[in-house]
Amino acid sequence: MQERIRQQKSTGSEQTAPSEEVQASGSEASEKLKSDIDDLLDEIDEVLESNAEEFVKNYVQKGGE
Amino acid sequence: MPTPKICGIETEYGIFVRGADLTPMMASSLIVNAYSDEGLALRAWDFTGEQPDFDARVGWRPEADYPEVEVLMANTVLTNGARYYVDHAHPEISTPECRSVSDVVLYDRAGEEILRSSMERANARLPEGVEIVLHKNNSDGKGNSYGCHENYLVSRDVPFGRLAAQLTSHFVTRQVYTGAGKVGTECSRDGEADVLFQLSQRADFFEEEVGLETTVRRPIINTRDEPHCDPERWRRLHVIAGDANMSENATFLKVGTTALILGLIEDNKFPDHLRIVDPVTEIRHVSHDPSLQHVVTCESGKQITAVDLQIELFNSTQKWFNTLDMDPTNGDGAEILSLWETVLNALTSQPEKAAHIIDWVAKKRVIDGMMARHSENIPLERLRAIDLQYHDMNRERCLAYRMSLATRVTHDDARRAMTEPPADTRAFFRGECIRKWPHDVSSANWDSMVFDIGGPLLQRVPMMDPFKGTQSHVAALLNSCESVTALLDALGHDAVEPVADDPGW
Repeated sequence: MQERIRQQKSTGSEQTAPSEEVQASGSEASEKLKSDIDDLLDEIDEVLESNAEEFVKNYVQKGGE
Repeated sequence: MPTPKICGIETEYGIFVRGADLTPMMASSLIVNAYSDEGLALRAWDFTGEQPDFDARVGWRPEADYPEVEVLMANTVLTNGARYYVDHAHPEISTPECRSVSDVVLYDRAGEEILRSSMERANARLPEGVEIVLHKNNSDGKGNSYGCHENYLVSRDVPFGRLAAQLTSHFVTRQVYTGAGKVGTECSRDGEADVLFQLSQRADFFEEEVGLETTVRRPIINTRDEPHCDPERWRRLHVIAGDANMSENATFLKVGTTALILGLIEDNKFPDHLRIVDPVTEIRHVSHDPSLQHVVTCESGKQITAVDLQIELFNSTQKWFNTLDMDPTNGDGAEILSLWETVLNALTSQPEKAAHIIDWVAKKRVIDGMMARHSENIPLERLRAIDLQYHDMNRERCLAYRMSLATRVTHDDARRAMTEPPADTRAFFRGECIRKWPHDVSSANWDSMVFDIGGPLLQRVPMMDPFKGTQSHVAALLNSCESVTALLDALGHDAVEPVADDPGW
């Protein structure tokens, strides 16, 4: 399954109305999308809890419903 | 002709206490009470009619493992018609009854704002270094799940067995656009490989096709028959096979497609060749394959991917919808179909095109990006942390808010819906009575209001028709009454049942 995940490289998203299609095409657009995801990843590295891994280890919930 | 749909969502939020040893029950009570303490909610819920062990198939099943109704925990009702309470070890909010799918999304968003506001209020009361953290998710990644349930008004005339068999195909396959995404596998099965990433938070937890329980041996189709309305005419279908969505458009699609398909089933136009063999296994296998190539087998012998099955369901639904002279979703039908088609087209060609609509696609994009950036030498716990923080109710930390998800609800509308009820269901009467006469309402439930006007008996007003009590029915009446006594007089003796005790307290 990891193989499949690696194959699906992210190529971007769009940020306007839901029914619009991504217009980006060609190398210029690909570069822009790559830079968008890079910016997003930078941002996530910044806001990810400083002790995120510890937090995840301690995150235990009681079942509900 | 399909029944006009009344829909709603109940969401249990994940809760974690940082810096103190509070039980989740205590922390959940702090959250709900932080809201009601400031007069934002009424502590009164009437438990008459609560029968979580009533089974749609066989009647009462007291031996089943149903959750006991908890009357001592915080239990409130809001002026927007919602119920806000502690369920087991989680804060839970149920939207008011909604006539349109757009309203369900609006009140689900209002619910997020209510939980966020409660979290901020509760944390302001806690000592330095102690913080309650809420997540709108469905799993702790360690085998414990909590639900986001949908409710749909369905005609009693539809045989439940047929409804269950047909709807199951939708629940197994709708995950391709309703899945909120999850890092890892829970409840691993012998002989099945664990996956790094899957479509759904919930799929790992289903063990039965049909059943009454919601906390153990979870079924894809839940048979809880607690209609909260006239049981001769309707049932309330209680759906537990869904994820809580951060994307408003995913919620719109989740509820919208299901509401339309229920209409299709009511009109007996469901394409029966799409009934899936072994749905309990397939709901997991579909979830475990983000490449979307997994093939399910139908009872007709047909082999088909989840996306292609959804395309067939879409085609049948659209064809049926175009023959109707009414819209069971009260004006949202055309947009539901249009967005459904758009996401299925994206999933067929390039799922990333739907990263602004589908939660799992948005989340996976980040997980893939992080793995690529770190040459895949990234600890699994860090990926799990990204998964968890996607659902964080703290606006600064929440990763979903940074994903450029397309929105449907403005912040102002969500704020307004925290206090104002929908205009076109009985939630209007409930919410307005609580706003106008909070001191005279003894308790409330989905299908009743109990008033205390000071006499020896309480006055119970049943509301067995969810289409009554709307703004157009009762706004003028409520405006013309200066007191509850005047209201009860105006409603007349036939509409009021004197009762000795308030079962809510």
